[in-house]
Amino acid sequence: MRTPSILPALFATVATAAAVVLLLLADQEWEVATMAGVAVAVLLGGMRLGWGETVHRSATAHRRIVTPVTWLAGAVAIFLLREHNFELLMLCTVMIFMIAGLGLTVQFGYAGVVNFAAAAFMGIGAYTTAVLMNSTALPHPVVILLSGLVSAVIGSVLLLPLLRTRGHYAALITIAFGILFRTFLEVNDALGGPQGLKVPGLELFGHAFNDAIEINDDVEWSFYLNYAAGALVVLFLAYELVRRIERSWMGLALDAVRLDETAASAFGLNGAAWKITAFSIGNFLAGVAGSLYATITAFIAPASFTFSDSLILVSIVILGGLGNPLGLLPAALVVVVLPEKLQVIQEYRFLLFAILVIAILLLRPGGLIPRRAREYPE
Amino acid sequence: MSTALLDATGLSVRFGGVRALDGLDLHVGEGEVIGLIGPNGSGKTTFFNTLTGFVFPADGRVTFAGEDITALPAREVAKRGIARTFQRLRLLLELSVFDNLMLGQHLSLDHGVWANIVARGGLRRSLEKQRETARALLRYFSDSLPDRLSEPAGSLTMIDRRRVEVCRALIRDPKLLLLDEPSAGMTPDETRELMQDLQSVKAERPALAVVLIEHDMEVIESVSHRCVVLDYGRKLCEGSYSEVSQDPAVRRAYLGVEDE
Repeated sequence: MRTPSILPALFATVATAAAVVLLLLADQEWEVATMAGVAVAVLLGGMRLGWGETVHRSATAHRRIVTPVTWLAGAVAIFLLREHNFELLMLCTVMIFMIAGLGLTVQFGYAGVVNFAAAAFMGIGAYTTAVLMNSTALPHPVVILLSGLVSAVIGSVLLLPLLRTRGHYAALITIAFGILFRTFLEVNDALGGPQGLKVPGLELFGHAFNDAIEINDDVEWSFYLNYAAGALVVLFLAYELVRRIERSWMGLALDAVRLDETAASAFGLNGAAWKITAFSIGNFLAGVAGSLYATITAFIAPASFTFSDSLILVSIVILGGLGNPLGLLPAALVVVVLPEKLQVIQEYRFLLFAILVIAILLLRPGGLIPRRAREYPE
Repeated sequence: MSTALLDATGLSVRFGGVRALDGLDLHVGEGEVIGLIGPNGSGKTTFFNTLTGFVFPADGRVTFAGEDITALPAREVAKRGIARTFQRLRLLLELSVFDNLMLGQHLSLDHGVWANIVARGGLRRSLEKQRETARALLRYFSDSLPDRLSEPAGSLTMIDRRRVEVCRALIRDPKLLLLDEPSAGMTPDETRELMQDLQSVKAERPALAVVLIEHDMEVIESVSHRCVVLDYGRKLCEGSYSEVSQDPAVRRAYLGVEDE
């Protein structure tokens, strides 16, 4: 068989990065509406003509080139937005939601463990970061890691009731936890109560992320460029982690637990242990995402980590394609950027998300970019 | 008598008021093939579920290779070398044929974080080796299946799914294989073919013991060394196929023949 050309994959990558930049820079509502229309047309047309398959084959055949190019395209996209504060902040939010979405992918997509408290786990990460940064001198990368770990450890408190229940009941437990978490924050004065906490800016090897980057007297780059670059690095690491989990014996074990725990246990698989693993990895990633969120927004409050935020995270994962990390980008763009850009829908955004999720579940149950069969490393 | 591999004594299982198993004794020797027959609801599948740690008996004991495994959960039983198939196939239909076979291999794979996430050279080597093992095993059962490792199990025909399920149970080289009605949903010819293929595997693994639940008496006759007939959770009779098929109680309960 002939090796597929590398062009479709490169084109898709560059086009996606360009689309993200254009979408973020668009300031007229008709521009955004047109782009959304084009995106829907590409999606429908692509489904008919099998573009997804073409791009996938091309990317698989040239993975060694396409993967670095994709991340480079992401870096270039961020760089193109270097002077645009608000757009970079939005892009950071997209990446943070993607990191948390990667966590949900491991939990929900692979192991089948429901989690309707993802925002609460982000909150745990965010508050851990706030407390550690305000009261200790730990290096900030360590703080971010610890925030993920604390989130994973507190998540394990939920494990016992979660493992004893299934389906709707497990979902209810996570919902209850999310609400408890918020109430706990609101009544806890040490954590700022409803007013929340201030978070200092990130610092890495003496480089303060909150300082704008002065190129010369006329040109100044947004300080959000620091954060966007940092978020991209964390996103890359999280993405690699989740991809590698899926494309290994671990991914197979998680899939087996989700699809048929009885059959899996007949071959010696410990379902509970794998669910615990997946739940903890997912909460770790949510905690890291929350930690980044805290440093970027510089201020956190209980109202930032509500049940509706958890629902938004779940809808991102379902919209993008449950179990496929690639789908997180378009889904997060739709959920985070579109309402900001189309003020018309801002008021109705939850209604629209609900309609969108229902439409996707009916018309394209696999999501925007459905998950593919496992590709083990060559 | 062959060396004892599995010894079930006085097994009783109750579901509410129903006695699914009622003081059942069964002995399986190393390398033996036993046909387990009985009408629907006679406790055959419950017996398998009890052996494999999915159902726990109210009474009685199961020893396997000298160890008491009565109270062990399924995954611990699997570690001791008992593998099974399910009456209603339990393949992971969304996953590939290879993935399904690798579930059977689960206990032999390295699931460590280092090997799977960080340094993946070992994973690559293990994948290569496992693909070879999988192909070699499938080859006993079909000429085409070895080339279909990456296809989803859900795209296979019924007979191929059966074959994959049997291979999944065989791949880790179990000491005891429990086959729960492998002929369900298949034509008699397909069943016969499956049994012949299974016997060619068995020819190379003389120590492998098999307990087979089967309704097709011809299959039982052709493969089993010994037959056990269950009825209402009890052993109705036991012996060679010809002994069992002549037994008046069996004929009454199972073969549906009136006494003359």
